[in-house]
Amino acid sequence: MKETKMCTHLSGGRLNVAILQETMRKELLNLLQICEGKKVIIWDEWLAGPVGLVAQYSVLKEHEVADMFPLRPGSLPTISVNHIIFIARPKLVLMDLVADYILSLRSKQSSRVEFHLFFVPRKSELCEKHLKNRSVLANLSLQEFKCDIFPFDSDVMSLELQNDFRENYLEGDPTCLYNAAQAIRTIQHLYGIIPRVYGKGQAAKQVWDLLCRLNKEEQGTSPRGVSTACIDQLLLLDRAIDFTSIMSTQLNYEGLIDELYGIKSTTATFPGHKFVSPDDASPEVTARERKRIILNSGEELFTELRDCNFTAVGAALSKKARVIKTQLDERHNDKSVQEIKQFVSRLPQMLANKQSLAVHTAIAEYIKETTDSFEFHDTIQCEEDFLNCIDNEKVCPFIEDLIAQKAPLTKVLRLICLQCVTGSGLKPKVLEYYKRELVQVYGLNTWLTLCNLEKCGLLKPQTGTRQYAVLRKTLHLTVDESDLDAKEKSYLSSKYIPLTVRLSEHIAKNKGWTGIADVLGSLPGPILDELQSLQPRMIRRNSISSENSSSIENPKVILVFFIGGCTYHEISALRSISQQEDSNVEFVVLTTKLINGNTFIETLMEAE
Amino acid sequence: MSALLTADWFQLDSYYRKFDLYNMVWSMDEGLGNMIVSGAPYGGPIAVVRDRKQFVRIMTTAKPVITIYNGVGNIISKILWNNGVLVHMGWSDGEQLLCVQESGDVLIYDMFGAYQKTFSMGQEARDTKVCKAQLFSNPHGIGLAVMTTTNRMFLVSNVSEPKVRPVPDVPRANEPITCWCVLSTGLRSSAVIGFLVCRDKEVYRCQLGESRPLLMRPEISNAYTQILTIVPSQNGRHIALFTDSGILWIGSSEFKSKYCEIDTGYIKQPKELVWCGSQAIIGHWDDTMCIYGFNGTTVSYPYDGPFHLIPEMDCVRIISEMTHELVQKVPVVVEKIFRINSTAPGSYLVEASKQFQRRSHRADEYIRLVKPDLASAVQDCVDAAAFEFCPDVQKLLARAAQFGKGFLSDAVLTEHYVRTCRWLRVLNAVRDPRVAVPLTYLQVQNLGERILLDRLIWRRLHCLAGHIASYLQLKDGQTRVLSHWACYKVTQPHLDNESAAREIGEKLRNIPGISYSTIAMKAAEKGRKTLAIKILEYETRSKLQVPLLLALGEGPTALLKATASGDTDLVYIVLLHLKEKMGKHEFELTIRSFPLAHALYIKYCASHNREALRQVFVQEDEFAGQAASHIRDALEPPSPGSAEASLLSARECYRKGKNDLGVSICEEARKLCKQQSSLQETYGESFVGLSLQDTVKKLLNQGEVKLADKLRSEYKMPDRRYWWLRILTLAERDEWAQLETFSKSKKSPVGYEPFVDACLKYGKNDEALNYLPKCRDDIKVKYYVKAEFYEEAAQVAFDQKDESALFFVQNKCPVRESTKHAKIQALLDQLSTKK
Repeated sequence: MKETKMCTHLSGGRLNVAILQETMRKELLNLLQICEGKKVIIWDEWLAGPVGLVAQYSVLKEHEVADMFPLRPGSLPTISVNHIIFIARPKLVLMDLVADYILSLRSKQSSRVEFHLFFVPRKSELCEKHLKNRSVLANLSLQEFKCDIFPFDSDVMSLELQNDFRENYLEGDPTCLYNAAQAIRTIQHLYGIIPRVYGKGQAAKQVWDLLCRLNKEEQGTSPRGVSTACIDQLLLLDRAIDFTSIMSTQLNYEGLIDELYGIKSTTATFPGHKFVSPDDASPEVTARERKRIILNSGEELFTELRDCNFTAVGAALSKKARVIKTQLDERHNDKSVQEIKQFVSRLPQMLANKQSLAVHTAIAEYIKETTDSFEFHDTIQCEEDFLNCIDNEKVCPFIEDLIAQKAPLTKVLRLICLQCVTGSGLKPKVLEYYKRELVQVYGLNTWLTLCNLEKCGLLKPQTGTRQYAVLRKTLHLTVDESDLDAKEKSYLSSKYIPLTVRLSEHIAKNKGWTGIADVLGSLPGPILDELQSLQPRMIRRNSISSENSSSIENPKVILVFFIGGCTYHEISALRSISQQEDSNVEFVVLTTKLINGNTFIETLMEAE
Repeated sequence: MSALLTADWFQLDSYYRKFDLYNMVWSMDEGLGNMIVSGAPYGGPIAVVRDRKQFVRIMTTAKPVITIYNGVGNIISKILWNNGVLVHMGWSDGEQLLCVQESGDVLIYDMFGAYQKTFSMGQEARDTKVCKAQLFSNPHGIGLAVMTTTNRMFLVSNVSEPKVRPVPDVPRANEPITCWCVLSTGLRSSAVIGFLVCRDKEVYRCQLGESRPLLMRPEISNAYTQILTIVPSQNGRHIALFTDSGILWIGSSEFKSKYCEIDTGYIKQPKELVWCGSQAIIGHWDDTMCIYGFNGTTVSYPYDGPFHLIPEMDCVRIISEMTHELVQKVPVVVEKIFRINSTAPGSYLVEASKQFQRRSHRADEYIRLVKPDLASAVQDCVDAAAFEFCPDVQKLLARAAQFGKGFLSDAVLTEHYVRTCRWLRVLNAVRDPRVAVPLTYLQVQNLGERILLDRLIWRRLHCLAGHIASYLQLKDGQTRVLSHWACYKVTQPHLDNESAAREIGEKLRNIPGISYSTIAMKAAEKGRKTLAIKILEYETRSKLQVPLLLALGEGPTALLKATASGDTDLVYIVLLHLKEKMGKHEFELTIRSFPLAHALYIKYCASHNREALRQVFVQEDEFAGQAASHIRDALEPPSPGSAEASLLSARECYRKGKNDLGVSICEEARKLCKQQSSLQETYGESFVGLSLQDTVKKLLNQGEVKLADKLRSEYKMPDRRYWWLRILTLAERDEWAQLETFSKSKKSPVGYEPFVDACLKYGKNDEALNYLPKCRDDIKVKYYVKAEFYEEAAQVAFDQKDESALFFVQNKCPVRESTKHAKIQALLDQLSTKK
């Protein structure tokens, strides 16, 4: 009962993401059942959050998980259980920690403990070898917890790969592409073969090639999963084709929460003092503690708010407040018993709405503090100028001032990168000037960071073509408020529409890449336009359905796979497109990680 | 024709029949009589070796030769036995020949005489010497039981996973034993395995898992002094004893009930005594074969030469020098149809069919007779056909069934008919003398189609197996047949690598689920490395392909395949393996042609070994990488004072890489580093590691404006930034008067807004008033608002005649400031009226 309740927010869309959650949870519980009796889980810290989306602690508790600890250097409390389970990604650093734990525990504890290591999402021989070299392999039973996709929401799934973009573009380590290809296999296993595949960018091509290769490898050996195709199209997008969308500040509600407070595995943490309510038993405690809020479509109000531009959030909240107030006030009117009964039955829902209204009002207040500041305003102004190709040729005084004041490095780098990508590079002199300034102010370490950014193509000297300027025009990436018609205004949460979103929109509306070949040509990397072979049975089924039912009744489901991460802004914009009246498409987002400009830059920075 | 069909029948309790399977083509110099013969069940191969206990004129080498024949006596292979004393030979259910030696070692050969492996029956058996052995089938597989010269008994229940277990000894263990057998009763979960040991009159049951033997008391009415032979039935439920008074006692295996006692007339121990099914016993005395039914009836057949009995689950096969025969109980349905004067519906149906063939009207009469029972008649005919060996009889019955079927519409029956015909075709194919596997229908049902296929594969009859697999529509049948075929193919030394690989590739191309790595492994085992590598080319699963390539020493190919797979884990495995196996230089040369491998190696080095990393960069003339690693050294110097040297190296790398900016950055950093060390000495405070900005700031904080100025000009710090720094430091130090002086020292290159910002930062809004008027006109209003001087802001906006700016001020002005609001409103009105 509890489990079905838990995943309702996942099954709301056309693609039932709850199936994915169910599958992964079963996988984990089956693994746990191997270890009979009480057990303790030691988490790779990176995984604790995402796996929580698959199986909450309460579910684990039911399966005799007595306690959980993070996998960190340092000593471990003595544990008196039969099984100690490590859940970790196959990384050598983590293997060392596991080995340290086992060795220290073995010397301390006399009672018999069985050690297990669950690799997520798959075993690695390298790690096995390493464990063997540390001579702990004999005491350790290795398992695979094949969980490569984590369900975030009814239309968002993520692979949650740490440093994926850095690994691929900076270190030349394409592990994330392999994982991405495997993830598509998982998706296809659960939701059927995706008949049409589009893509753009080097990484997209590589993932597609790997997918074909994997399909060939497993040919005939693995039984097919579902035979019906739940997803109509797959769009593979390499993050490297569009840095602009990450670098600009996200202005929709959810995106801003992420920018300012950070959302980790759908959970954001806020300071407590604005959450104090008049009927709070101990307001001091509430104010002192940090408040964790789960943000997903399970909450009705948040679903309404998340994609709004922040300026519209205040109005939406007050409107909601009025509605709730009138609803609650109804009880004062004279009523028949029958009506009161109805009212009472609706009461829990109303109170929940009231509660969520209070929560989001508090969050909105926090955000408003920042968005009202001059500093924020100036930053947005600067970004908008760049996005509209104003003054992005020369050294920007606003950035200069920020550097002079030693503003946070990520912020400065973000703006410089934005200037660079919108200007399709920086003039060599400008670039050199920025570099010198940054090194003089932030130290030599920054030089290495700059080298990294340059290697990834985020910073580069200007070349002949101004591709961003062309793209802005042809794909209408920026919109002027003046020439917006009412219809469009209603679904745009920002003045800038991400390139990735425009491409997805084009695919959805035009049945493929036709018409924008020139545009695509100016973006880096190859274009993909492929058909995946279907089983004969399926072709028949589909042809029947296409004859019988008109396409309006059955909107297309397009899976957009961001290889290298995607932002909440992009997700919101995709949602808005599906919600348009004449739209006949539903987007589902799959990403290697949910990112924003800051976290993205941070992964590329040189370690302190 | 019916008369003819029953010609080979004879009657005991019920009808039995004996008929020829094959004419034997073997010829033995020593004669079959002097041979130990061991035939595998389920129509398997027959192993023959000369019995050393019999005197024969030796014509061949002194060492015995085990010859393996097939069912018609064609030689499959020969094994030259040059091991210890051979006690017993028998066959496993995998059709492998088990040779039990006196030492208790059991050597296993396949039917082609290829040695497979050895297992031992334990140290005690070795010490005391095995004297007798028996193979027995039980729910776990084929078991082996041995008896040592000291009457100790050991057994393993499954020869494919030999685990030797002892059973309790019989009392007075050292006294001689007359005969013994192994009895396995019960099904899989409750299987009970034990020895039945007879000493003179006594019968002991020594069971596995029991601590002591049980004395059994068979009720034998005729006087006797010894039990000479004891034989359990195939299913373990019945026992036959033969006493020295010539009595054959038959009863249940727990000895609780006696079925009968038969006086055989022989007092000599029979050469062989076997069960034929579970209702008849066959005895072998010299040149006579006698069959005993439970009711005491005996039928004997004299032979004019030696022969041997091979018991099967539902029959007994008799091989002699000339023929290979089969004795079985006539199956009930066959008896019903073909018995003389039978009135069974099946019998009439056969007759009807015959008449129909003859185009006689009597067909109708017969069919009318069976009309009510037509379904069962058809069923019987189909079933009976399955039991027949002769294709003509099969056809006769199948035709009858088909004829009868024409009057019915029964899908189940039709299905049954089709299935049986299909099976008959398969059975006839394997019974063909060229294959010579005389399986009965019951046996083949018991084996199952997969094992039948395996048995053909073991005989290397890949073509036939392939046909049968596709004929019976076996899932993955083709895959198994062809995999085995390929594995066999690679072991044939006369084929050249190129053509063998090509042939395998072509044959297996469209077959799903083939494991090429297994085939390649086989080739590698046979020392055919080149062939193995060629076959591995076909393997699609890199996880299987790569390790084998590594094992074959094909490092570069393995690396190529691993990089192509995209599985980085695999690439690492190859890299580490190669690093161990190859010289450093060779290793580097190998990996540099694989960009992915190279990148991963660099990543690995970066986290494990910075020096190795640098070497790779040097090797590759990768100057930026070298420089970066030197800079990293400079940032966390391995030894104090080495930072400068590191920076110098970094600078050189950039110089080589023609990166001018890099050169100057490093040079500046080096200079700064040097100056910082001296500053550190002067001020006794830590300077090293700070950025230029922070260094200058620290100096300003110390009040060393001159020194700061010097650094600023030396490093070409832009005016703008320097002013910002001055402003911020002054504000930070609360020196507002000095800030004002500074603002007036010359025209500010940054404008006066930073002054305002600095004041506001420390809450000195009134100080800000000094600078606000000097702010740029276009942002003056904004800065007044920022400093919360709303009235003034409104005034400025009014002066600038900027309505929107006035609205902005109005908007920003807090609601509680009602007087200010009123003033702003007044200005607004004034402005609008002016227009």
